[in-house]
Amino acid sequence: MNKTDALIIGAGPTGLFTAHQLKLIGLDCEIVDNLDKIGGQCIELYPDKPIYDIPAVPECTGEELTINLLNQLKPFDIKFHLSERVEEVKKEDNNWLVKTNGGHTFLTPNVIIAGGVGSFEPRKFSPKECEKFENKSLFYSVKDKSVFKGKTVSIFGGGDSALDWAIELSKESHVNLIHRRDEFRGAQATVDKMYELKKGGKINLFTKYQMANVHGEQTLETIDLKHDNNEIKNLKTDYVLGFFGLIMQLGPIANWGLNLNKKTIEVDTEKFETNQKGIYAVGDICNYPGKLKLILSGFHEGALAARACFKLARPNEKYRFEFTTTSKNLLKRLGKKE
Amino acid sequence: MEGAVQNDIPGIDADCGGGMACATCHVYVKEDWFNKIPKKEDGEDDMLDMAFEPKTNSRLSCQIIVSDDIDGLEVNIPSKQA
Repeated sequence: MNKTDALIIGAGPTGLFTAHQLKLIGLDCEIVDNLDKIGGQCIELYPDKPIYDIPAVPECTGEELTINLLNQLKPFDIKFHLSERVEEVKKEDNNWLVKTNGGHTFLTPNVIIAGGVGSFEPRKFSPKECEKFENKSLFYSVKDKSVFKGKTVSIFGGGDSALDWAIELSKESHVNLIHRRDEFRGAQATVDKMYELKKGGKINLFTKYQMANVHGEQTLETIDLKHDNNEIKNLKTDYVLGFFGLIMQLGPIANWGLNLNKKTIEVDTEKFETNQKGIYAVGDICNYPGKLKLILSGFHEGALAARACFKLARPNEKYRFEFTTTSKNLLKRLGKKE
Repeated sequence: MEGAVQNDIPGIDADCGGGMACATCHVYVKEDWFNKIPKKEDGEDDMLDMAFEPKTNSRLSCQIIVSDDIDGLEVNIPSKQA
């Protein structure tokens, strides 16, 4: 069990700066994020897109912003738990007991949700019947490729993940590659390689088709593909893989007893606290009258939530406001000589 | 997309805020309008690959810029965005 003064959910820009503020005022914190990398939407959705409205930074990309925020955290020791999603938040006396799907448990008086528009999850097939076979014979990622050996695998998608796995699995499996149009968005070399394997009969290619249905009692037996012209084709298959990128979902946060408004969490504007004492929401995921979904607003919200955390983490101490320009305490924490 | 979001029209999530980066403002454009509105630019079809039940008349509404030329445009929304 990890004991910490505050747990931050989300390693996007708001989560990172909130960590900075917590450490600066002398509190410990750890960060959990469902993505396998730090940066949130800035890294996942627009690493190369310039941002023009960060104060005092005329122009920077999502990736540059993330790197700069990480540089600002260098003086501090912060534990990141990536590729982990918070599943459960439970009250335990004056603390929150937080469990992740990676097996970590945290005990903390403060939970700060800096979750953006939710966690990034794989996009799924639309037919409802697909759920029945999910994680048995229908997958959205590959954990152990050996199960596909000698089997028929139907791979859906037009990007690098779909192409890379079609090429890799064609060595030891029968591969069907299905995509909704003729163009592929993967790297040209990968696309060329796939067409070469198709020519050699190693990959069966079906374009302008999409998943229409899955059939099978206990195990998956066949799938129906639907062509743009509505023609249905039935394919025998042992496994199905879908690679349609990631979508943001609120996920388990919806079950924590918080006041939700569509995909956002209601907070006050003094502490950015939710209706649950010690649970805060900052950045894009929080909502209050006048809320702006700007990165700069997330920084402000995180700074105030961090001060609120102090009261619960150090109930017997008084928080004193200090400036980094003059405070010996703060300069020491930042590793600067006076 | 902006028109929908700013007027609380449900069904257009626009999670990424109009950046052609999430495919949650997906719409089906009525057939007779599809060829009248400005064509898709690079990247839009790549994002549409990830949309919920894309069809040949699918567009991302963040890429449809409203002008007098498309006065009367009709679109349908998918049963969900993700």
